[in-house]
Amino acid sequence: MADVALHNVVKRFDQDEAVRGISLNIPDKEFIVLVGPSGCGKTTTLRMIAGLEEATAGEILIGGQVVNDVPPKDRDIAMVFQNYALYPHMTVFENMSFGLKLRRVAKEEIKARVQRAAKILDIADLLDRRPKQLSGGQRQRVAMGRAIVRNPKVFLFDEPLSNLDAKLRVQTRTEIKRVHQQVKTTTIYVTHDQVEAMTLADRVVVMNGGRIEQAGRPQELYHQPRTRFVAGFIGSPAMNFLPCRLERNGAGLMLRLGEGLALPVPQPRAARYQAAAGKELIFGLRPEHLTEPRGEARDPRCEFTVNLDVVEPMGMETMVFFGVNGSEICARVTPDAATAPGQPMRLYANLNHMHLIDPATDLVL
Amino acid sequence: MTATAAVAARPRIGAIASLRRSRRWSLFASYFFLILFAIFFLTPPYYMIVTSLKSDAEVAHLATNPWIIANGVTFEQYRLLFNETDFLIYFKNTVIVTVCVVAITMVVSVLAAFSLSRMRFWGSGLLATGIFLTYLIPDTLLFIPLFQIVRGLGLLNSYWSMVLVYPTLTVPFCTWIMIGYFQSIPKELDEAALIDGAGYMQILTKIFIPVALPGIVAATIFAFTVSWAAFVYPIAFLFSADQQVLTVGTVTSLIKADVYKWGMLMAGALVAAAPPLIIYAFLMDYYIAGLTAGATKG
Repeated sequence: MADVALHNVVKRFDQDEAVRGISLNIPDKEFIVLVGPSGCGKTTTLRMIAGLEEATAGEILIGGQVVNDVPPKDRDIAMVFQNYALYPHMTVFENMSFGLKLRRVAKEEIKARVQRAAKILDIADLLDRRPKQLSGGQRQRVAMGRAIVRNPKVFLFDEPLSNLDAKLRVQTRTEIKRVHQQVKTTTIYVTHDQVEAMTLADRVVVMNGGRIEQAGRPQELYHQPRTRFVAGFIGSPAMNFLPCRLERNGAGLMLRLGEGLALPVPQPRAARYQAAAGKELIFGLRPEHLTEPRGEARDPRCEFTVNLDVVEPMGMETMVFFGVNGSEICARVTPDAATAPGQPMRLYANLNHMHLIDPATDLVL
Repeated sequence: MTATAAVAARPRIGAIASLRRSRRWSLFASYFFLILFAIFFLTPPYYMIVTSLKSDAEVAHLATNPWIIANGVTFEQYRLLFNETDFLIYFKNTVIVTVCVVAITMVVSVLAAFSLSRMRFWGSGLLATGIFLTYLIPDTLLFIPLFQIVRGLGLLNSYWSMVLVYPTLTVPFCTWIMIGYFQSIPKELDEAALIDGAGYMQILTKIFIPVALPGIVAATIFAFTVSWAAFVYPIAFLFSADQQVLTVGTVTSLIKADVYKWGMLMAGALVAAAPPLIIYAFLMDYYIAGLTAGATKG
């Protein structure tokens, strides 16, 4: 097991800069998830750590040793690929033991290690089968098994759940977390699915345009996003954004969200936003903080009525959508409170969780 | 059943009947053409078998029906072929040449295809196209410069010259087949092997060759067929009977001016056709899988 560090790592493909000088320290045993939209550079970063791509500039360290010029086989890492990459002509046992055989590990040791990994992953009865005789979930577990038996310093996962159906994805996600809790190997996991990132990671690294937007614990990213991108990317459904004007209202502040809709900024938040008074900003509020009026301690001035456009019942909650100044806004309400499309509905905005974004810098104030 | 349902069901039954009729016609047409082609392609081998089992006298007798054996089956033609001619020498020479050519072709084309499809280097794409273009030059054109080369090497009238020149026909095409096959193997497979600790040679021998076996079999069959059946190069480069291969040797020794030894010619052609037939029969599935790989890539 080892820590991993990236120092100003750059990757250029001809004129295209895929990774633009990222720096990151991953302590030993941490489960870190690189998340971001397609083309943000997360897979390229992972492949550079694996040694499958050469870094154009910067340093990659595994266990304190610079590995830029070390071939993949000598980096002591194991990787799980999106399409499993199992050797189709080999049995599950042969797939899992291939790396050990190449490293000339003794036969008895190989057998013991494969059986131990197979037990952890519950694939002990599949060892004689070939990959084509396995389901998608089983193949993914074999791919993980192949990584575990090597007992590497670092596990690398490249979107390992993308090819699985929704139900299996949730199961395998839990499996991956359970395995990490058991083997405690430093893990770097790439995904574009922010739910996967939030549920698995000790720390999430949000990437965009080849740069790290923010790195932090899942709750930190959720509640204290530093940029508009992170605020919008983390959370499902995404955070609502509305252009607004922050106005003084006596000693306090008032948010003006277009014609006829003005909401008072709660006192603790008002102190933080004083310097931005009078500016045109972007108001951000997550759907779960926009609900039917509930709770005793709410400010009645934060209630307003909207006409619903779309109603999406989800079972334990209902998403309702409506328009404000041309922007579509989503609210998360209890199923009983939701009315029908075209009908008015009373909503409450809990501004204790609001965010204000400077449109010039896209930074959260 | 309600009236509406009954009305809705009627065209459905009609559609099924029409489907069945259409399927019957397709089957009928398929069988008709398959039988037609089977007759067309099996007639020459049938004629060869029949002729090879007749005596010279019956073959020469113009009044007898050439499609049936009227005067009893005889293996005289085969006995004469094996005992009175150099047929077995031709056969041995052909086997030596073919085994060597297939071995050389497979080693060269598998290595070339692996490097061209997996090790990206400057000009690799151009080189791959270039290899295929060389296949487009016919042997009827190539044999003239090759004659100079073979003579320069002192290999004229030696079947080893065939081992040298046949790969000019087999290597480009086999490399092309193998490039297509190797490219259909997901890149992640070699990356997984690299991380597992394999070098390029180990990736080739432990992953690519087993996974690409149908492609390798297809290429092997192609190389075998080409070197077994080549005619232009041996007729140009080989003169004496002890160096001759089957294709040219059979024809030159059994056709003397305008005298055709039809019985032995047919027996020789049948024996010569046997090895490719046996190989095709056993490896046909691999051959088809190999040739169609890449067509469904993606």
